[in-house]
Amino acid sequence: MSIKDYRTAIEARGGLLIVKDTASVAFGDRVHIRDHAGHSRNGQVIRSADNEVLILVFEGTDDLDLENTWVRFLDEPVEIALSPEILGREFNGLGEPRDGRPPVLSSIRRPVGGSAINPAARTYPREFIQTGISTIDGLNSLVRGQKLPIFSGSGLPHNRLAAQIGRQAKLVDEDTSFSVVFAAMGVSYADAKFFRDEFATSGVLRNVVMFINLADDPPVERLTLPRTALTAAEYLAYDLDRHVLVILTDMTNYAEALREVATAKGDVPARKGYPGYLYSDLAEIYERCGRIHERHGSITMMPVVSMPSDDITHPIPDLTGYITEGQIVLSRELHNQGIYPPVHISPSLSRLMKDGIGKDDTREDHPRVAAQIYALYARAQETRNLASIIGADELSERDRRYLSFADAFDERFVGQGEAEDRSIEATLNLAWELISMFPRDMLTRVKETDLAKFYQGSD
Amino acid sequence: MSEAKRIGVIRDINGPIVTVELPGVRSGEQVKIGELGLFGEVISLRGREAVVQTYESTEGVRPGEPAVGLGWPLSVELGPGLMGGIFDGVQRPLEKIALQSGDYIRRGIAVPALERAREWEFEPNRELTPGNRIGPGTVLGTVQETPTVLHRIMVPPGVEGDLLEVAPAGAYDIESTIARVRDPRGLSHRLSMYQRWPVRKPRPYLRRDDGISPLITGQRVIDTFFPQLKGGKGAVPGPFGAGKTVVQQQIARWSNADIVIYVGCGERGNELVDVLESFPELDDPYSGRKLMERTLLVANTSNMPVVAREASVYVGITMAEYYRDMGYDVVMLADSTSRWAEALREVSGRLGQMPVEEGYPAYLASRLAAVYERAGRVETYGAGSGSVTLIGAVSPPGGDFSEPVTSHTKDIIETFWALSKELADARHYPSIDWVTSFSKHVHTAAQWWHQEIDPDWEKRRTAALALLARDAELSRIVNLVGPEALSDAQRWELEGASLVKEGVLQQSALDEIDTFCSPHKQFALLDLAITIYKRGAALIKLGVPVSELQHLPLMAKMRRLKSLYASDQLDQIVAFHGEVEQTMESVRLEYAKHGEAV
Ligand SMILES: Nc1ncnc2c1ncn2[C@@H]1O[C@H](COP(=O)(O)OP(=O)(O)OP(=O)(O)O)[C@@H](O)[C@H]1O
Ligand SMILES: [Mg+2]
Repeated sequence: MSIKDYRTAIEARGGLLIVKDTASVAFGDRVHIRDHAGHSRNGQVIRSADNEVLILVFEGTDDLDLENTWVRFLDEPVEIALSPEILGREFNGLGEPRDGRPPVLSSIRRPVGGSAINPAARTYPREFIQTGISTIDGLNSLVRGQKLPIFSGSGLPHNRLAAQIGRQAKLVDEDTSFSVVFAAMGVSYADAKFFRDEFATSGVLRNVVMFINLADDPPVERLTLPRTALTAAEYLAYDLDRHVLVILTDMTNYAEALREVATAKGDVPARKGYPGYLYSDLAEIYERCGRIHERHGSITMMPVVSMPSDDITHPIPDLTGYITEGQIVLSRELHNQGIYPPVHISPSLSRLMKDGIGKDDTREDHPRVAAQIYALYARAQETRNLASIIGADELSERDRRYLSFADAFDERFVGQGEAEDRSIEATLNLAWELISMFPRDMLTRVKETDLAKFYQGSD
Repeated sequence: MSEAKRIGVIRDINGPIVTVELPGVRSGEQVKIGELGLFGEVISLRGREAVVQTYESTEGVRPGEPAVGLGWPLSVELGPGLMGGIFDGVQRPLEKIALQSGDYIRRGIAVPALERAREWEFEPNRELTPGNRIGPGTVLGTVQETPTVLHRIMVPPGVEGDLLEVAPAGAYDIESTIARVRDPRGLSHRLSMYQRWPVRKPRPYLRRDDGISPLITGQRVIDTFFPQLKGGKGAVPGPFGAGKTVVQQQIARWSNADIVIYVGCGERGNELVDVLESFPELDDPYSGRKLMERTLLVANTSNMPVVAREASVYVGITMAEYYRDMGYDVVMLADSTSRWAEALREVSGRLGQMPVEEGYPAYLASRLAAVYERAGRVETYGAGSGSVTLIGAVSPPGGDFSEPVTSHTKDIIETFWALSKELADARHYPSIDWVTSFSKHVHTAAQWWHQEIDPDWEKRRTAALALLARDAELSRIVNLVGPEALSDAQRWELEGASLVKEGVLQQSALDEIDTFCSPHKQFALLDLAITIYKRGAALIKLGVPVSELQHLPLMAKMRRLKSLYASDQLDQIVAFHGEVEQTMESVRLEYAKHGEAV
């Protein structure tokens, strides 16, 4: 197709631009737009008809003067250049440098849209990652290739937790560390700076690629940012054989940008104004992680999702939970009690834990001691509720034991230092110390042999 | 519709919805889109234009590229070679695609579901002789498809006449002629070992029958409390993480079906890999053979194109009906029907159809009902009775069961295994809530249990449910006024309910021993829990304090029993029953002595 600049834009609204009298334009292609002031904008064709196309403009459509807007169809998909040089660099959602350094030059260019992994090419993830956080390692273990989001709320320390995991994550008997792909959508300058400093002081910056879109950057760019970041992650994992940890923050900002564009397009809303395809759209992002047959690298993902009004049933955390392999849920109540990291274990879950722990991976008793903690803690929560109604003094001796267990558990097992990197051994031993507050006959989730080996109580 | 191909031109590409100018094309016809040759299906017609939904991403397609009408509707291939495989939502074999296109699925790739080159040992049906009148469903012969599955090669629907010949025993590929038949018009037809069938059309059968025997799943809360029948339809609704997939996978593993079809519809890739990697290692408790030999997977994961997701359910159920027609009991699991419904919603939204509830089109309820209607026990044409049991997971947004997909499904199905977030959060698995779940098959199942297992089954089941109901009532009292307000007898009721919950209802899929529980063991555990409760209640009446009973070692053992002894160690459970009776008796005696002495 000959390169031609169209000056036939007829409509602009909410990040969308309609251009008429076009020649046959490929769906999904990249678009270059020059506005009246001579500035460039980037776009993508999201509907292509005989002589009219609809373009999503990543920098937004604010301030466009249709008469003086030139649109050029680049006849290529939206893609980024990749080379080992991307490590240590900082880009925007389109893969353009944000660090003042020159663009990456490489013959390797990949479309950011990705394509679906053939399920028959996947390998089931089963290698335990030690994060050094007891509530994760002990009770909701993360494995290599898993997508495990942090569900949080405004003001809760999800960024600190994500950074701590990024710093501490390792395989128990292997010293390959992770490369980190950090993707920030709509975050504040302060949050971005926090991560940058965090990576710099822990000396891992050389192993990190950052993709950043700040709160005051164009929202539409947030739609492509996680895709760009994952394309980089796939390159690191499958071309360079690295184990990659992708941190996406904050998926709520992503979904809001999606809603904005969907509304402008007039898409039929499902819940709370979010389009019906939010699930599939999020899945396109989350499912890019995993393990693949005969590939040495892997992609593990920790998206941060802040729950609007702490509501876990809000469409964004809800649909995320339906796609990811579990979730780590932070609690405002624990946070207010000064407990860090304030992980609420009851709604937290890791679905891939089962094959990554136990005899050959962590320790034989691990699955059962985790089940036992959960059973006791669930009962303790009921007791706490009861105590709040009738008063702790009215409780039976047995119930009071549950209360002291829950308190000790929150304080000692959940709570730990921001620099405290607990080994899985230490975590499990601590678990036994706590469940040993109960007599043996109440510990029905563990085996007799576990009790013989690890029980620390007096009876 | 099998005339010449029609060629037209693309006018508009709106994501998976492509408008083409293709006069003469029919509704439902398969269309190849653009230079890439992406597959799609006509969903509506408007003058010279047709709207096509494509099963693959349309990125890079341009207006003006060609569109070719293929002349037939979306169909599947049915014949030996399906078992043990994994197919995408339009029945492309994913393992072969991986060999050709690597780790990612290349668009426009066309690989037939059944391998053409492979030869199968065909054994003709000795009862047939040339001149026999044959018709749809007549078994022409058999092929040992896998060590567990004997594949009956049947005359396809629509073919009828006099048998001219059947091939002798030997190795044939699926395209070879294995029989010839002359129809009443005198035309002769060649039959091979495979047939094609349009997925949106139910396969015919002689007549419908009622279900009579329960599908045994080895899961206590299902078999004992909310039983399903072979040929039944059921739903597993629940919020994320509550255990829908685990329930479905447990049924796929341990149910006494002949064939299992697992449709991963808009869910996680890793869950299918889990099945693919673990089933070849696991033994079927009935046949002793590997589970994968009787299992077939259909995979349209959440990141795969949405339109193929809608098709995947039909592709799965058509294959299920095909094995049913051989006289087999087939179980099809669809995880998740909500994703299927969302695919409908997405397409209808793009077509600008008027949404009725939460964006769903008005035809949601009727489509759902029509899919579930394809389940059932039937009298087949040529192989006796067969059944398709259909169990769909439902993923309600926010766990809200009043949303459209859950509520419409609830009206259609016969068993409803409602998963609860509270139970799942407390790690009570399976988190099937005994209050909101139901089965319309308890009465029919009871006949089987009474005959095969124990005449007291229904009594014990009712006693257990009564205890659970009391538990809810008493817990409310406790929450108002504290546990001190309860009498010893009431506390013992709570203890009894807790035995039922922990010793019977809870069943970890990850526990090597307890993951499967035979009906005999199910009854033995239930019986024990109720016996302990009853004996204890009698003792309390005599004045034995509840605390004495609570601390009996048998209470802890009852809770562990399920994972101490496997289904083939019933004698141990019987022995424990004896122990329980003895202990209770000695408490009684001691108390009587004690009481006399005072
Ligand atoms: N019967 C069971 N035994 C042991 N663990 C279970 C059982 N049922 C569920 N679980 C636990 O719950 C987790 C979540 O279950 P599952 O993946 O089936 O949820 P789901 O309802 O399918 O969620 P989603 O809708 O997100 O797919 C499992 O990974 C497992 O850890
Ligand atoms: Mg699931």
